[in-house]
Amino acid sequence: MRLEAEALTCSYGGEAAVRDVSLVLEPKQVTAIIGPSGCGKSTFLRSLNRLHEVAPGASVSGRVLLDDTDIYGPGVDPVDVRRLVGMVFQKPNPFPTMSVFDNVAAGLRLAGVRRRSVLAETVERALRDAGLWLEVRDRLNRPATALSGGQQQRLCIARAIAVDPQVLLMDEPCSALDPISTLVIEDLITRLKDDYTIVIVTHNMQQAARVSDVTAFFTIDGVGSPGRLVETGPTSQLFSTPQESRTEDYITGRFG
Amino acid sequence: MNIAAGLGVTVCLAAALTPLIALMVFTAQHGATLLSGSFLTHSMAGVGPLAPGGGIYHAMIGTLEQVTLASALAVPIGLLVAVGITEQPTRGLTSAVRFLVDVMTGIPSIVAGLFVFAFWVVGLHRGFSGFAGSLALAIIMLPVVVRTAEEMLVLVPRSVREAAWALGLSRWRTIWSVVIPAARSGITTGALLAVARVTGETAPLLLTVGNNSFINANPLRGAQASLPAFVFSQSGSAFDVAVRRAWAGALVLVGFVVVLYLTARFLTRNRKLG
Repeated sequence: MRLEAEALTCSYGGEAAVRDVSLVLEPKQVTAIIGPSGCGKSTFLRSLNRLHEVAPGASVSGRVLLDDTDIYGPGVDPVDVRRLVGMVFQKPNPFPTMSVFDNVAAGLRLAGVRRRSVLAETVERALRDAGLWLEVRDRLNRPATALSGGQQQRLCIARAIAVDPQVLLMDEPCSALDPISTLVIEDLITRLKDDYTIVIVTHNMQQAARVSDVTAFFTIDGVGSPGRLVETGPTSQLFSTPQESRTEDYITGRFG
Repeated sequence: MNIAAGLGVTVCLAAALTPLIALMVFTAQHGATLLSGSFLTHSMAGVGPLAPGGGIYHAMIGTLEQVTLASALAVPIGLLVAVGITEQPTRGLTSAVRFLVDVMTGIPSIVAGLFVFAFWVVGLHRGFSGFAGSLALAIIMLPVVVRTAEEMLVLVPRSVREAAWALGLSRWRTIWSVVIPAARSGITTGALLAVARVTGETAPLLLTVGNNSFINANPLRGAQASLPAFVFSQSGSAFDVAVRRAWAGALVLVGFVVVLYLTARFLTRNRKLG
């Protein structure tokens, strides 16, 4: 599904953290969001599955269209939005008391799936898609917290895709991982984009260059001012011939 | 200087441990003389003031029922209150509830007993019963359960809740299927400690359950015995046989509490939060 933000402003306690962002996120491609710390890229991402509003005092104005439906429209339940728009977080966060299997099955069980065979089949497929099946098939009943950091993050990806979402949001998914695990996850992102609309926030410009088709650059004008979208375009173009001088300054390492 | 500090610590440690160890040894020595299978399986029915024999079967039944009922009341309610103040914080209400819970922690147990006596036993004409005792014990347990459960729920990282929300779990579903299980062992530990705390309560039970020499297995009707009340009544006797029964009852009581504490310790040691 296509996701489109229209004049989106996200605030905490009346202070805008990111202002007036309009950005289209196309299906079957990876959109990377880059920018310095505090530019509101994570806040923007969290507004796309209505997770921003769970923070005390948080508010949103503008529209986010999922295909043709405004997810901030009246009568839209955030719970329904989150089933269509999955998310992977910065730090791996498997459910601590659940086994590997139960972690991946958690979303399905919620949706009312009870049949063992259906659960087992879907869990296996999600784990295969997340590139983790071969490593965990012998220990599906072990606690998820016994896995390594990289495995836990792939488990979180499996958990997110097991419920068959339309969009996958990733908030710096590799920042807590070693280079090998990062490589595995980047390969995974490239494979997953055939099925999902993927939006990835990253600190790492090389990563954006490696995995994304489109890149959006956010920045702030100064400490305390809200983040805003400076420029967006095909990744190769944004990195080789940026249109804005601020983008160029950032990607050439002059600041940030 | 280091030697002096070490010596000071050792002396303080010994001073702190001596009463505890002395109490355990003393109770064990006195209690063990009478402790036997017959003591554990007989009540005091038909045992005269000077007669040997008799036992604590009726008191064990009473304590077990009263404490179980009290837990059945205090643990779910306490857990709900803790969930309310951690998961749905509304500033004014949350601090008001916290304050009330703190005040409840300080209520003397006999006041809890008096309240149930005035409100339930006399006010509603219910008379003595094991259940009336459970009400008093539940009042004493409640703040302990709320406090420990709250601390354990707060320990569950926010990232785990967010993972559940992002998966499309509703707020309540998240609490029920993810947050409470993650805090389960800590909540259980708190509940067990609360049980251990009320198992030895005597004053509120004397006001609400009364005492009984006979077996009354129905906690809803009539006076019931309990281990603390048994110890209290037997130790007040002028006759040596009764005092020895009191010691044996005290030993069983201490043993029960020690087992609860050890279970709680064991669960705490195995606690794992992600």
